[in-house]
Amino acid sequence: MAKKQLVGAKVNGREREAAVESRLLLVHFIRESLQLTGTHIGCDTSHCGACTVVLNGKTVKSCTMFAVQADGAEILTVEGLASESGQLHALQEGFKQEHGLQCGFCTPGMLMSSYALLHNNPNPSEEEIRRGISGNLCRCTGYQNIVSAVQYAAAKMAKAEIEANAAQGVAK
Amino acid sequence: MIPPAFEYLRPNTIPEAITLLRQHGEDAKILSGGQSLIPMMKLRLARPSYLIDINRISGLSYIKEEGGFLKIGGLTREAELEASPLIHSKYPILIDTAHVIADPQVRNLATVAGNLAHGDPANDHPATMLALGARVVATGSGGERVIPIEDFFLSLFSTALQPDEILTEIRVPVPTARSGGAYFKLERKVGDFATAAVAVQVTLDGNGVVQKVGIGLTNVGPTPIKAKKAEDFLRSKKLSEASNRQAAQLAADEAQPSSDLRGPAEYKKGLIQELAKRALSRAAERAGK
Repeated sequence: MAKKQLVGAKVNGREREAAVESRLLLVHFIRESLQLTGTHIGCDTSHCGACTVVLNGKTVKSCTMFAVQADGAEILTVEGLASESGQLHALQEGFKQEHGLQCGFCTPGMLMSSYALLHNNPNPSEEEIRRGISGNLCRCTGYQNIVSAVQYAAAKMAKAEIEANAAQGVAK
Repeated sequence: MIPPAFEYLRPNTIPEAITLLRQHGEDAKILSGGQSLIPMMKLRLARPSYLIDINRISGLSYIKEEGGFLKIGGLTREAELEASPLIHSKYPILIDTAHVIADPQVRNLATVAGNLAHGDPANDHPATMLALGARVVATGSGGERVIPIEDFFLSLFSTALQPDEILTEIRVPVPTARSGGAYFKLERKVGDFATAAVAVQVTLDGNGVVQKVGIGLTNVGPTPIKAKKAEDFLRSKKLSEASNRQAAQLAADEAQPSSDLRGPAEYKKGLIQELAKRALSRAAERAGK
């Protein structure tokens, strides 16, 4: 039995910890050690992006990183997108409204790549969206509805921000 | 796919990392971005007994100009290169290159130094660094040594790095006025290795005559190729459509592609010719011909 080491990470805002073998991939740590099965294993060869998570603010393919490397990191997975009360994130709502999924297998990865994209660029052009999700494969939609879903979310998030700023102005 | 078992070591300094390399020799591998190494471990093409993770070593991630060189740290990620205003304004050839390496997630982890140290002729930065006349700094138990990039790639997956050395810095000569470069790559899909690609860097004088030129070829031989005959032909010539065409032909002659799933060898030679023409004219444009 190989030696195990303790890996701790803040996952979706909660401190989590598990003893793992050094060769355990991050995606297996997330799915099996932490039982967060929203993150999918697709190709397992770094091509498809189904396993994408946000690690310290940047998207990574969790099938191409060891769990031990993530020790001390902050990780966001698809389970961390909706609010505690279950209200969907604007992106999740966008994928639903715009039919941004059919079989849904690529969706968690698509959501995480789109999340990081909008975080860095709240008003992306269509080309920037397509580039932003270029590390994620979808075999159903032909991508058009995914692009529409991200545009829906960008518009909704921009509107929410304007309203929040207005409300703040009134409060002042 | 589960990679074979290994012992995970995480040094905090370069001397610690070198000590570990000395201790474990050929059984150890440096883990930086891991975006080539981990897939190879899954396929059992690499089975290191020890992985030395250098990601927590501080001070190895930077992009700066100093002493006539652009210096890129050993841990600088492709995504950092893409986001750098300095690289955007003065080194568009590096933006061309970083943009077509794998995909956004991979570029968030993959390092520029790793792209060279891996010694894969299919990687993109080797050709670009050959065109730019870069040097790499290898740090080992004997201290630092500087290796010209044209002496770095020895054979398939083999470089001039000694078993106890780490590639800690890349140095690119700061381009003088009227310099420009470009990288043109054909890939079947995002994230694929190049079917073929060409990097060109030129420096012109006031009359558009070539003072300096570097041409690198990707994935058309057992190592990245410096197209010396094409370079020699262009030196002291005025760039024109005719000279570009002849140089592109020479570059294609220097390519040694093999036929594979990405296409027959003849097709790849044709590609090198066309991509070289395009890269030459874009480089000249950027040099302000």
